Amino acid sequence: MQRTPPTLPLSDDHSVALRKDQSAERWLMLSLAGPALLLVLVCMLLPVGWLFYLSFFTEDGAASLVNYRNLIEQPSYARIFRTTFEVSLLTTAICALVGYPLAYFLSQLPTRIANLCMIAVLLPFWTSLLVRTYAWLILLQRTGLINTWGIDLGLWSEPLPLVHNMTGTLIGMVHIMLPFVVLPLYNSMRTIDRSLIQAAANLGASPVQGFWRVFFPLSLPGLMAGSLVAFILCLGVYVTPAVLGGGKVIMVSSRIALDIDTFLNWGSASALGVVLLLLTFLLLLLASRLTKGLSLLGSGH
Amino acid sequence: MASGSALDIHVRQVTKSYGAIVVLDRVDLDVRPGEFLTLLGPSGSGKTTLLMVLAGFTRPDSGSILFGEREVIRLAPHKRDLGMVFQNYALFPHMDVATNIGFPLRLRGVNSADIAKRVEAALEMVQLGGYGTRGVHELSGGQRQRVALARALVFEPRIILMDEPLSALDKQLRELMQLELRRLHEKLGTTTIYVTHDQREALTMSDRIAVINNGKVAQLDTPQHIYSKPKSRFVAEFIGESTFLNVTVTDGVCRYHDQVIKADGAPVQNGPCLLMIRPEQVLILDSAAQEGMNCFSGRIASRVFQGDTVRLEVQLSRGDAITLRIAANSAGLAAVPSDSETITLGLPIADTTLLLEEV
Repeated sequence: MQRTPPTLPLSDDHSVALRKDQSAERWLMLSLAGPALLLVLVCMLLPVGWLFYLSFFTEDGAASLVNYRNLIEQPSYARIFRTTFEVSLLTTAICALVGYPLAYFLSQLPTRIANLCMIAVLLPFWTSLLVRTYAWLILLQRTGLINTWGIDLGLWSEPLPLVHNMTGTLIGMVHIMLPFVVLPLYNSMRTIDRSLIQAAANLGASPVQGFWRVFFPLSLPGLMAGSLVAFILCLGVYVTPAVLGGGKVIMVSSRIALDIDTFLNWGSASALGVVLLLLTFLLLLLASRLTKGLSLLGSGH
Repeated sequence: MASGSALDIHVRQVTKSYGAIVVLDRVDLDVRPGEFLTLLGPSGSGKTTLLMVLAGFTRPDSGSILFGEREVIRLAPHKRDLGMVFQNYALFPHMDVATNIGFPLRLRGVNSADIAKRVEAALEMVQLGGYGTRGVHELSGGQRQRVALARALVFEPRIILMDEPLSALDKQLRELMQLELRRLHEKLGTTTIYVTHDQREALTMSDRIAVINNGKVAQLDTPQHIYSKPKSRFVAEFIGESTFLNVTVTDGVCRYHDQVIKADGAPVQNGPCLLMIRPEQVLILDSAAQEGMNCFSGRIASRVFQGDTVRLEVQLSRGDAITLRIAANSAGLAAVPSDSETITLGLPIADTTLLLEEV
């Protein structure tokens, strides 16, 4: 004999309690981000807001747009911005050109060996920026290692102007920025399925054709990501151009330091900072549009 | 697709080892023109390595490979002119379906009008007409499979290699695709080498099966022969279900303990042998013994209902057990004796297969 269990009327379907549990869980997760959010608020948003506020006052404390007018009217500022973007663009381009083959080489190695090689790429990260920059100064100066050896070996007779100029700045900057390009590039190359390259070969693509038609397009997102990070970091670099540029390569950050240290002109320095921030945002926006366009073309994974 | 005459493939003494591990051990294999040949074996047997050697992705240590008359062992993969379907399909994610399929044609300098025509024809062939502008990511597993197939066929290669192409699909779709691949092969007549570890798939699709074990071809034969006349215990166990009884051959007479086992077919040399019994070959007999049968008596030790069949295990009086299957229809079920009865099993002499004991 079979008996069906009686259907009990449901006095409480627990929906209210379940919803409460869900929201409690969400708040708990959010609270984990609390300390970091607080830090961002105190150390980032407040100072930046203060900076923004300061930029609208003259040295005497009167509210005006004079700081911004100066930026437009004084040709020295335009030159500084041009130098900043020039150095950043060149550094990024050289990093991409040097980093791409390196990342490609690493991505083709067995993982264990690649990890070892990666340590060599990351080594600069573990050394102080200042130490590295002064090391370059020693290597590159007129009586430095490179010039001495070059002349001793008879490669060139006069000391080459390798430092206190654009060349020196770029050498130092590329050295610093290279890992930022190589790391994301390497990671994106690692995720490219090897069988895709095999498939290309199987369908008749020579190694060169396979690289350009399959591997390169698939590595573009990594290249874009790395270049973007390097470029934005370049915009704010202070130490390297100051030391290796020898006063000839004046970037926005150097000018900000000058305004504050020498002229105590907080308003002018703030205006520079604000404009640089806005330009960076604009570029990021442009770059994200560009990458989206690229992925529409079919590079997206 | 009027592909050129199908090519034959001759693999001679191909060896490949990684350090001390020999993956391919002097493999010889002859594939007839237009044949659908399956490389079947457990994982790690070397079947995929053999396929990769044929495709040119793995460089063997020594040996010779002929496509028709042409030696190809040192030829770069992109010059081999083979169509290949990869296990994970290997469709280019940054190209749409039509661009994927047109890829080999563009590399061969076909003009764009012809490419469009041939791509559409290839899509029609795999029943994906009109899918050309879809992105690869918009496709289901089965559709990707078809696109991969279309891409491998569109440039009319004379040899097609397939590396477990159906292993990622669910069972129903897999069976559908098996029949479709078979149909395509019959239509195109291209020499096809197919790698799988699924014995049922191999039996369904192949003209011949090469069973690979430990880097060697254990047996190369038609599906029927591989199944009913395996040459070794490995092949018998890998394909289908079977019970083995230890028998002894003395002076050409085979005995299971003191019972003479009659078998036709190749005489087996003297010494210990194995009697292979497939579960569907064994019959339950009404009377004690019958002509043309090798008979065994025993009791049913277990019965398991498996949907289409009932699997019975019969404990013989000598201690061994024989597994047999009975169709799970009403007549079959009614015929199953109760557990306590002693029953007689008959193995027709025509189905009796003796194997050499492996060392």
